[in-house]
Amino acid sequence: MKPAAFTYMRPDNVDEALQILTEYGSEARVLAGGQSLMAMLNLRLVEPGVLLDISRLPALRHIRLDNGFIEVGAAVTQAELLAWPDLEREAPFIAQALPWVGHFQTRNRGTVCGSISHADPSSELPLSLALLQGEAVLRSSKGERRLAARDYQTGMLQTARREDELLVAVRFPVGLGRAGASFQEVSRRHGDFAIVSAGVIRHAGRIRIGIGGVADRPSCIELDENVSAANLTERIEQLAWELGGYDDIHASARFRRDLVRRLAPKLVSEVLSCA
Amino acid sequence: MYADVKKNTHSTQGWVGRSLERHEDAALLMGQGRYVDDFPIAPNTLHAAVVRASHAHALITAIDTTRALAVPGVRHVITGEQIRAISDPFLTVLKQPIDQWALAVERVRYVGEAVAVVLADDRYIAEDGAALVDILYEPLPVVVDPVAAVRSDAPLLHPAAGSNQLSVREFVYGEPDAAFARAERTISVDIEYPRSSYTPMECFAVVAEYRPGDKSFDVLANFQGPFSAHPVMAKALRVPGSRLRLRIPPDSGGSFGIKLSVFPYIVLMGLAARISGRPVKWIEDRLEHLQAANSGPNRITRLDAAVEPDGRVTALRFDNLEDYGAYLRAPMPGPLYRMHGATTGAYDIRHLAMVNRVVVTNKMPAALVRGFGGPQLYLALERLMQRIAVELGLDPLEVIRRNLISADAFPYRTPAGALYDSGDYQKAIEIATGDGRLTDLLRRRDEARAAGKLYGIGYAAVVEPGMSNMGYLSTILPEEIRQQQGPKNGAVSMVRVNVDAVGGVSMTADVTVQGQGHATALSQIVADQLGLHPRDISVNLEIDTQKDAWSIAAGSYSCRFSPGTAVAAHLAGKQVRDKVARIAAGLFKTTEDDVGFGGGRVFSIAQPAKSMPFGRAAGTAHWSPVLVPDTDQPGISETGIWAPQELAPPTGGDEINTSLTYGFVFDMCGIEIDPLTMQVKVDRYVSMHDAGKLINPLLAEGQIRGAFVQGLATALYEEIVYDDKTGALQTGTFAEYLVPTACEVPQIEIIHMETPSPFTPLGAKGLAEGNCMSTPVCIANAVADALSLRDVRLPITPNRLNAVLATNEGPAPTLTSNVVDAAAMEKEFAEATIAGSGTLTVATEAGNIWDTLLNPQTLKNIIPGCHTVTALRPDHFQAEVSLGVGPVRGRFIADVYLSDLVPQRQAKLSGELRGPLGKAEGKGRIILSLTPDGTRIDYAYGVDVGGKVASVGGRMIRRAADMIIGQFFERLVALSGDGDATPTKKTRSGLMAWLVGLFGGQK
Repeated sequence: MKPAAFTYMRPDNVDEALQILTEYGSEARVLAGGQSLMAMLNLRLVEPGVLLDISRLPALRHIRLDNGFIEVGAAVTQAELLAWPDLEREAPFIAQALPWVGHFQTRNRGTVCGSISHADPSSELPLSLALLQGEAVLRSSKGERRLAARDYQTGMLQTARREDELLVAVRFPVGLGRAGASFQEVSRRHGDFAIVSAGVIRHAGRIRIGIGGVADRPSCIELDENVSAANLTERIEQLAWELGGYDDIHASARFRRDLVRRLAPKLVSEVLSCA
Repeated sequence: MYADVKKNTHSTQGWVGRSLERHEDAALLMGQGRYVDDFPIAPNTLHAAVVRASHAHALITAIDTTRALAVPGVRHVITGEQIRAISDPFLTVLKQPIDQWALAVERVRYVGEAVAVVLADDRYIAEDGAALVDILYEPLPVVVDPVAAVRSDAPLLHPAAGSNQLSVREFVYGEPDAAFARAERTISVDIEYPRSSYTPMECFAVVAEYRPGDKSFDVLANFQGPFSAHPVMAKALRVPGSRLRLRIPPDSGGSFGIKLSVFPYIVLMGLAARISGRPVKWIEDRLEHLQAANSGPNRITRLDAAVEPDGRVTALRFDNLEDYGAYLRAPMPGPLYRMHGATTGAYDIRHLAMVNRVVVTNKMPAALVRGFGGPQLYLALERLMQRIAVELGLDPLEVIRRNLISADAFPYRTPAGALYDSGDYQKAIEIATGDGRLTDLLRRRDEARAAGKLYGIGYAAVVEPGMSNMGYLSTILPEEIRQQQGPKNGAVSMVRVNVDAVGGVSMTADVTVQGQGHATALSQIVADQLGLHPRDISVNLEIDTQKDAWSIAAGSYSCRFSPGTAVAAHLAGKQVRDKVARIAAGLFKTTEDDVGFGGGRVFSIAQPAKSMPFGRAAGTAHWSPVLVPDTDQPGISETGIWAPQELAPPTGGDEINTSLTYGFVFDMCGIEIDPLTMQVKVDRYVSMHDAGKLINPLLAEGQIRGAFVQGLATALYEEIVYDDKTGALQTGTFAEYLVPTACEVPQIEIIHMETPSPFTPLGAKGLAEGNCMSTPVCIANAVADALSLRDVRLPITPNRLNAVLATNEGPAPTLTSNVVDAAAMEKEFAEATIAGSGTLTVATEAGNIWDTLLNPQTLKNIIPGCHTVTALRPDHFQAEVSLGVGPVRGRFIADVYLSDLVPQRQAKLSGELRGPLGKAEGKGRIILSLTPDGTRIDYAYGVDVGGKVASVGGRMIRRAADMIIGQFFERLVALSGDGDATPTKKTRSGLMAWLVGLFGGQK
């Protein structure tokens, strides 16, 4: 469990980091908190030529309100976001979901953007970004672009990031979920990858349901908050079959669909009773 | 709570029995432990990486080390043939042609088996080299299921043995047939004990050196014993035992039985040092550990009981089939025989029949794991007791009570020959259920059930053996053969206590450190003898087989410390005390009996004014040998040796007293099942122990809590899973093999009573394994109670409970009907781990698609990540591909074979993919048909994935396969058609499936 040889680079500023990406492209992997990447390196599942460490770049360490969004820089750890005093008010859903990410110790290292960029279909933060319809901010030497969450994550461990781009920040809409937000996931042990994770928010007369862990990326549906019980059941049943699920050693596709059927209505009723 | 000091002890200070904090902890908490990896090594030491089998069963047809040796810093690559040339196969108890060397020779028999060793300047380079050792295999049929393995048509792991069933022994005690004939009812259970391990934090570690001068090996390793494995290693190395110097470091990061199994690597690295002429260091990593260290055996038991209407059991009949994996390593099949004498557990059942069958399968070899046969036995026996209660409409606790051995029957000889030393099981249960504990548990269940919750109560009563009779394993051999081989029995313990010239006391003992706190306990025992404080005694538990006193029983396993080594310490301490008393008697001009010890001084009991420091009295033996009585030798260095007479060899009737002491554990618990998550939550857990006299209750509690967590792990979390068809390991990391963490472990309530053992001078019994035996079945019984289940399969996972509890799902939404039924085609591949099928339509002619598929140039553009495609024959393509998902990518060689070719109509593809990330084998069928819209492609496939990705990537493989297969068809459509393919089914894939899967596989 020793990684293959690589060149370690720790630039002093974002521009240098972008130059390195321009130069090395797919040869380079970005290291932030390393909570997934280091394990993959040690398992030799990834063998990058260059490891680009952005964890200490001051320009990527911000959490700020900007134009109706909470912007979280790429070097911000999950623990730092969790400790952000305004989190409960500005992003009540994330305040609920974030404690489910790994363990206390891994959150001290793991970054918000790193998790979103890793795009594990079972992870809480990609689900949060999808459910809240947030944005990914991608920058390269040539410029910057913002992608909606649904355009950013394209599949399991896959995103629309180009080889020369760096995910410099993610943006979550402010205040979504104040009218009700709920998150729960089922895993074998605390901190394990979710077998199924589910999040629900209530916003502007609508409820939005997001499911992680079942398909290759988080999936969301939106309903009127006055949806009848029968219609809700029908939509969730439909969602369960659409997502399909898959068998692994921890859970069958059937169990995953059953968890969707049980978790989603429970969270919806929690959210509706918040009012 | 603790019984009075026994009459025959010589305790004067009362340190024994106190909850003294551990001497060991200061260093460990300050990061000053001294583990193998902390020791300095010689500057020319080479670092080893082991190349391991990716196949579960295959012939090794060629090993090419050229590319590995070309890596700068790689010095040697050693293969099985080199090992065979200079070493002997490991000895095993069964005289069967099942040879095993330190590296695989000719064939591999389980995923992870060591095939080659790369020696390099550091471990990084060694792993670089290991990835470049090219091994060609010829795959053989695989058998994973032990029941399938004993069928006559099963593939044979060791063809020379003629069968996978290596031993069958029948035992009859009393008159079981008559008892069953007489009995009112026969009640039976069918039990499968799962395959699991208890994973120490520190993996295996070996530093080996070969000394050509005297042709000896000098090895530092975290071996745990039993040292009966030392002659096995020496024989394999072809040296006398005295030329294998084995040193055990002072600290070890846990063992739980597992670190016996470092012994093949001690031999392997010794041979590597000999071949390379340089010291070799190997630190096992977690990937290696989880695939190849060892596991407990899985066991299938059919247990019948002859039962009276009141729940009394008059006879038992066991049929045990135990799965040892690919090889029998000494001392296997121990778990099947370690409990032999105690097969009837805590119950007074006089008639017993048993069939013990040993089977080999394509899995990692089984060996020692904490509990060692106990968990397997009690899962059957205590599930049976619960089933008897259910079937007779009785209270399970009442059924247990009615069958218990009565308190006045001790010492009690079981039908199979165990001599239970002491106990009062009725009283133990009375204490455990008293103080309102049972009432509370029943109230909790009633209230929970009234609220519609799924709540159950479980009980388990377990007899816990301590210190094994080294002869128990010979019970597997028929009496005639035992007579020929000479007796094997007993268990020797040795402890040495030294006193230096100023009274400093140091001691060594024949236990290996694993974290139990033995040093503290030993110091308490000797302090009591010498009137000193335990901290005045320095305990060194390193072992050096060339310098220390040891016998084959040495090591830390099977709860031998309290009934064994602790007694030897007591005896050694007493020998020192007696000698110092004789010296002091001369100095005080009194008799030996008049000399007392206490407060660090030696004194005359009759004339207390005559007194001197312990150091001065003892130091006399060094400073003034003339003052030592003629009957004694100068100096003070005493070896205490303990070899209890009760551990006799098996009798002609196969009766065997398998252990010296027999403690008692009674557990009861209440559990609740969450109907949403299907998780089992332990609501209340009470564990009652009678381990005789407790030497240090704090250490005892540590052992009990640890064993409970591991019992909980077996009940709810841990299982080593293999793909039943391919033998691929599916639990290769801690994301798949789930060890419970602090978050998952409930508080438990521990209660003790002390019924001292009459067979050990300290009255102490072993207690470190009891909960590994009691907890899995206690929880299983509670789940059975909660859900009214007859069969409870461990581990009790949410997935398994969901399958039991969830109502019918209803039909999947229907999909468009097909001309060719792709789903029906899929049945051809249903046995594969990943099977799928699909249909799509392309607006082009079948000929275009056909040509695209069979042309290496176009195929290259279709296969995702393809660098080259070469047609070796018209029906055999070889491709080099880079495949992966997200950042996980690897280069693979793919071989594709075409068959069943009907031009423009159908093709069958099969093939395999291999690379450093893993391997995959796949088959697919593709059928083309014309439709008004173009050509319809129906396909089905099956893919089996092996190697690294199968063992570490289980969560992702299925989806990765889908994704890569999807890419394949997108490209096929783009290249052969006019775009516009219409998939009519969500799953995709085809012939390429195989490729794909492979590809997919590798992630």
